[in-house]
Amino acid sequence: MKKDVPHIGLFIPCYIDQFYPNVAIATLELLEKLGCKVTYPLGQTCCGQPMSNAGFEADSEGTTSKFISDFAKFDYIVAPSGSCVLHVKEHSPKVDKLKKNQEHVQSNIYELSEFITDVLKVDSIKGSFPHKIGFHASCHGLRGLRLASDSERNEPPFNKTLQLMKDLEGLEVVELTRKDECCGFGGTFAVSEEAISVQMGKDRIADHVDKGVEIIVGGDMSCIMHMQGIATRDKDNVQLMHFAEILNQVIS
Amino acid sequence: MSSKASILAAIKGLNMKEKPLPEIPDFDVAPDLIEAYTHSLNGNKGTVVSKEELEQLIAETGFPKIYSSSPSFATFTNCELPQHPADFADLDLAIIEGQFASAENAAIWLDESNLDLRAIPFITAHLVIVIKKENIVGNMHEAYKRIGATKSGFGVFIAGPSKTADIEQSLVVGAHGAMSLRVVIL
Amino acid sequence: MSHPENATVFLKDKERAKWHDDTLWIVRQKRDVTIHQIPEWEKLRELASQIKDHTLSKLDFYLEELEKNATANGIKVHWAENAEEHNKIIGKILDEKNCKAIVKSKSILTEECHLNPFLEEKGIEVVDTDLGERIIQFLKQPPSHIVMPAIHLKKSDISDIFHEKLHTEKGNVDPVYLTHAARLHLREKFLQAKVAITGVNFAIAETGEFVVCTNEGNADMGVHLADTHIACMGIEKLIPRRKDLGVFLRLLARSATGQSITNYNSHFRSPSPGKELHLILVNNGRTKQLAREKFRNSLKCIRCGACMNTCPIYRRSGGFSYGSTVPGPIGSILSPGIDLKKYSTLPFASTLCGSCTDVCPVKINIHEQLYEWRQEITKAQGASLKGLSMKLANGIFKSPLAYKVSGKLMRASLKTLPDSIIYNPLNAWGKGRNLPNLPEESFKDWYKKNRNK
Repeated sequence: MKKDVPHIGLFIPCYIDQFYPNVAIATLELLEKLGCKVTYPLGQTCCGQPMSNAGFEADSEGTTSKFISDFAKFDYIVAPSGSCVLHVKEHSPKVDKLKKNQEHVQSNIYELSEFITDVLKVDSIKGSFPHKIGFHASCHGLRGLRLASDSERNEPPFNKTLQLMKDLEGLEVVELTRKDECCGFGGTFAVSEEAISVQMGKDRIADHVDKGVEIIVGGDMSCIMHMQGIATRDKDNVQLMHFAEILNQVIS
Repeated sequence: MSSKASILAAIKGLNMKEKPLPEIPDFDVAPDLIEAYTHSLNGNKGTVVSKEELEQLIAETGFPKIYSSSPSFATFTNCELPQHPADFADLDLAIIEGQFASAENAAIWLDESNLDLRAIPFITAHLVIVIKKENIVGNMHEAYKRIGATKSGFGVFIAGPSKTADIEQSLVVGAHGAMSLRVVIL
Repeated sequence: MSHPENATVFLKDKERAKWHDDTLWIVRQKRDVTIHQIPEWEKLRELASQIKDHTLSKLDFYLEELEKNATANGIKVHWAENAEEHNKIIGKILDEKNCKAIVKSKSILTEECHLNPFLEEKGIEVVDTDLGERIIQFLKQPPSHIVMPAIHLKKSDISDIFHEKLHTEKGNVDPVYLTHAARLHLREKFLQAKVAITGVNFAIAETGEFVVCTNEGNADMGVHLADTHIACMGIEKLIPRRKDLGVFLRLLARSATGQSITNYNSHFRSPSPGKELHLILVNNGRTKQLAREKFRNSLKCIRCGACMNTCPIYRRSGGFSYGSTVPGPIGSILSPGIDLKKYSTLPFASTLCGSCTDVCPVKINIHEQLYEWRQEITKAQGASLKGLSMKLANGIFKSPLAYKVSGKLMRASLKTLPDSIIYNPLNAWGKGRNLPNLPEESFKDWYKKNRNK
């Protein structure tokens, strides 16, 4: 590796580490194929989001300090999850004794597609993926990190994740009836408001299935885990994938 | 302490830092204001009619009770202005002059100088408002510039007939007030 | 009852729940279509937000301006510290007029103050004249939505209650027929009423006037026929200048229903000769909310209801599930300020998806305030069970070893536990969802083998 290549700290959210190692591997390999120097700090655990969203931000300071110490030494921090990135950027508690490092981490952490388009300046990935997909815009990436234009605001349309996939041969992206409605995961909401959470997930999947989607593609495994759980239970004929798996598969 | 004093004291006690009040800029408006106005009015379930069409409608329908405060249609008035507005409960058609209108949403401005009784445009079964084409402005910002600092006791933007969608979101025209709005652009 | 319990009940009637969701989604879509016709939409939202922020930062000054100018116009201005005082002021005016029946157009404030039961107790007949409000008044229900009060009812429900109260044909569900029956019924009430009560959409400090917006024209029918008009407003309804109305009237109806403007937008500056006009300025906890810096800007709200129409939780649980006067996302950030304990489940009735914040015409950061209320609620609740497990989680995530061990244990136990335990009905995840297929090894283990030799 050349010395002047920026050094990326790979941040793999805890549930991806435990449940979806293939998404983490795809993220790592994709970044490497794009010429990046990537290290996965082995001591990393969790960003603290589940605690904060449940109302315990104050109790997550230890987790936040740990995160900052693990990642402050990197030029960039990249994760295959808009939700966890948003948490680190905007909702982790201020740790006064690590102020400088926290600021560095917060201004240099990126969601994967955002990093590839905005920092690596890659317009799109070339390859072939002959499938009919539906895109699930996860809320925190969409309305928090602004990874795409949303249906609520009057702004020119864009979508950083789909932009990377726009030149894939054979790919068909369907137009959904509700293009960016929440899937109902919402962290502890999935359990504390179980009935609505499952109904929202069912409705989201139905929108894709009604349009003949083969694969629901998203950028947050938490949403995908929730929808996959419902789709499996209901025996829906649809697959779910993280976009990193697709891009890593076609780029080789 | 009076409630006024306690409310004001509670606010003053917060020592809030004043935030800036923005100026409202000009925005682009539709190139053809009459066309835009007509389109907006249709959206609000009102219709633009010509002077001749209105005259023909009155001739054909034979509204029993008509009150016009518009000089252009003065001859159609066939009743006296009552003391109490309730005596206009059976008014079939009112024709009044509007001062100006906003093309973006079809809203027409009227104030007490146009309303012999404040209740007229609401209590009448059918309403006609007459506006001059040079008095159509682009949007609400321009409309408020026209209103300026006038001091009428009552003013209203009317943009369509009385309507409701309170039953299963089905649009029904004629809830309490005028069951139709026709606008004559002279 | 808590929000999740109410929501579970609401969702049991699958067909009706889907209809509720679809109906409100259509309103949201109409809103999307209209706002995309306004290129300066985002600029208007920013202007509205700044005007409201400015007003709130000088609220004492503008309230005094309003009182001074309104009084000079001939309006009688009253101040009420709370709901009780608000109701008493109205009661006193009605007593003076010896008035036994009033007509009232839509006002969420009078709902918040429980004015109707107060007046009915005094033997005064209250007729809500907005069609939706009249329907729910017949049914003795509160509104389930601040703009569309009867949105939870189907036309067959309305046909039934109209048959009972207005003697319409049994089984006639035609909305035109039913609306016209209500028109005749309410016209009688309008013609008889001596006092009319309205809410206020905007009050303007510089002119001492206030604006009331309706589509039905019911507010105007009431006030122009009555001798006395009483208007009730929360102190946050203020804006500084008449020209500011240009911004707000462009935003309000488009956000609420997708119309370009409400059909009647009445500006009341002084009473008609020989008549009376009263304006009541109500606090009822608003200065307390103003004092909470994180939640202050919830007072920018112009009550358009767009956050309800867009909220995937509101659409699938209905307004009553919130148990508060103002339901939905905005209600969930206003209500905990009124009673933290009673409304403690409301800030959690959200996935924090942020749609409410992005539709809000005055740019209230609703979902961020929901998040902040969660922090306040857990602090107030102390070390509850959830708190304990979360503290434990923080302990695990702080230490890589503990995390590794607990992760391994989790994966191991999930594999060996029989389905009957994982999918026990008490297990909220497993009730409607399967768990992910479990991998042989974590990414960390893979990385150590493949990259970190």
